[in-house]
Amino acid sequence: MSDPATIAALERRATALRRHILAPASTYFAHLGGAMSCADIMAALHFHFLRLDDAACAPGQGRDYFLMSKGHAVTALHACLVELGHVDAAELPLSGRSGSRLAGHPTKRAPRIEFATGSLGHALSVGIGIAMAEQLNRSAARTVVLLGDGELQEGTVWEAALSAPRFGLERLIAIVDYNRFQAGGSVDEVMPLEPLADKWRAFRWNVDEIDGHDMQAIVGALERVPAAKGPTVIIAHTVKGKGVPGVEGTGRAHYTMLTDDEVKRTLAALEDAE
Amino acid sequence: MSGYFAAMSSAEVLAELAEQNPDVVLLSQDFGPIGSFSARFPQRHFDLGISEQNLVGVAAGMAHAGKLPFVIAMAPFVSMRGFEQIRDDCAYNRNNVKLIAPFAGLEAGPWGATHHAQEDIALLRTIPGMTVLSPADPNESQRAVRAAATIDGPVYIRLGFLSPIDGYDAGFRVGAAVTLRAGTDVTIIATGSCVNTALMAHDVLKGSGIAAAVINMHTLKPLDRVAIEAAARGAGRIVTVEEHSIIGGLGGAVAEVIAELGMGRLTRVGIRDVFCTEVEPYPELLRIHGLDVAGVAAAVRAAVQ
Repeated sequence: MSDPATIAALERRATALRRHILAPASTYFAHLGGAMSCADIMAALHFHFLRLDDAACAPGQGRDYFLMSKGHAVTALHACLVELGHVDAAELPLSGRSGSRLAGHPTKRAPRIEFATGSLGHALSVGIGIAMAEQLNRSAARTVVLLGDGELQEGTVWEAALSAPRFGLERLIAIVDYNRFQAGGSVDEVMPLEPLADKWRAFRWNVDEIDGHDMQAIVGALERVPAAKGPTVIIAHTVKGKGVPGVEGTGRAHYTMLTDDEVKRTLAALEDAE
Repeated sequence: MSGYFAAMSSAEVLAELAEQNPDVVLLSQDFGPIGSFSARFPQRHFDLGISEQNLVGVAAGMAHAGKLPFVIAMAPFVSMRGFEQIRDDCAYNRNNVKLIAPFAGLEAGPWGATHHAQEDIALLRTIPGMTVLSPADPNESQRAVRAAATIDGPVYIRLGFLSPIDGYDAGFRVGAAVTLRAGTDVTIIATGSCVNTALMAHDVLKGSGIAAAVINMHTLKPLDRVAIEAAARGAGRIVTVEEHSIIGGLGGAVAEVIAELGMGRLTRVGIRDVFCTEVEPYPELLRIHGLDVAGVAAAVRAAVQ
């Protein structure tokens, strides 16, 4: 259990991430909703859990890996890069626009991107390969793959899910950002996933189900890994567009441009949250 | 030797490479033990079952974490089902994955067109940064595997039904076509299993007074444009021979080069935009589709007339 000060600091970080995520959608259309929904998770991962720099690891321990399988939520990742000092905040409003090094999905043009993604259903397999390699190395490296809920409609996710427990992979963590919306509407209407936890259990994963906006719960779930034999999936129940009044929890949140008034109201709400 | 056995014999090369390099790992799909590799390196051989997409994605991940993965998987399945993983996870992300793909071309014979790989060259050569190899005989397939290990980037090695070519032991240089026979009337450019067929056609044609050069185009990408240009400037008439669709494969690649040159005349011998559905053994399937010695010789005769 992390101390309240740590949790409060991570909550402030998540608010900072949301402010950054807001930037591209303030000037143009952006995949806003899926970035906002995972902001708390991203804060916990990048400012508490993951050791992404070799320098931060004990010798031979192996650094951790983060793969953004739901690549369209890239602004959440760019926001972390801003907070980590690798990207200037002034670049965010222009991301995805002519000449920017920040594309509409994670690419190698941006600094510190572990893996270029975009086409859904790829990175769980890649994460399994990384975890297998690190297991061979007997390193303590952990691999975290962030998946979207709509993404779970890709068959490759389940090929990968089937294969991971076969190889052990205690240090592999999949996180499902279960925000209930995809491009075409609500996940429950387009192609329902339930019973989702049962599906992962049937595939022999350790399953943790949490409120994806409860920082204590997120940190707790990450710290419980490895819980038992085999890989772990954290199903994080989230709200699409979390933190954007009037837009959060609606289908519009997926890909949208905000009005000046909506931006103002969101910034005010974020300030209140602090 | 079937592509399957060529792949299995490649495993002996892989075992040797694994001996020298602790990062070499082998991933395969439901083939059981692979040659002596599995017994010698049981911790470094992973069977991913029947799942080409996951197989290639996992290999990309292992490469990303510093391993040198070799993947053995059926050519028709890994090239098509695994295409996006090869494109995105291996090539786009610059991961050093080596794909060894048996059952290229029509080797699966009467199993039906699902098991024929007649599009893989066309598909794979469109991927930036990809190397596409198509060795002509069992020994060359081993040399291709060794060469692949030295390349920094993804490599696809296409293995069809390969018979040993007598006395052929030229060094393998990626991207450098090998001239096996000289001839001034026409140049046969062949790849994979069709190289041996072209050599036999050369002998048949010689009997009827046609001097056909034979080039082994063992690398489809990067393509040896210099060799093609020399053929276009020399004999002028070029016949490509491949166990692959005439669309987009060796014939397509050579067509692109000579069209840009504005010289040379091309005949493409290959699968003529059909599914090979006849229930026949492999050699008969080749005959029906004009890919046996007589078929190739007839196509060359027509080209020089």
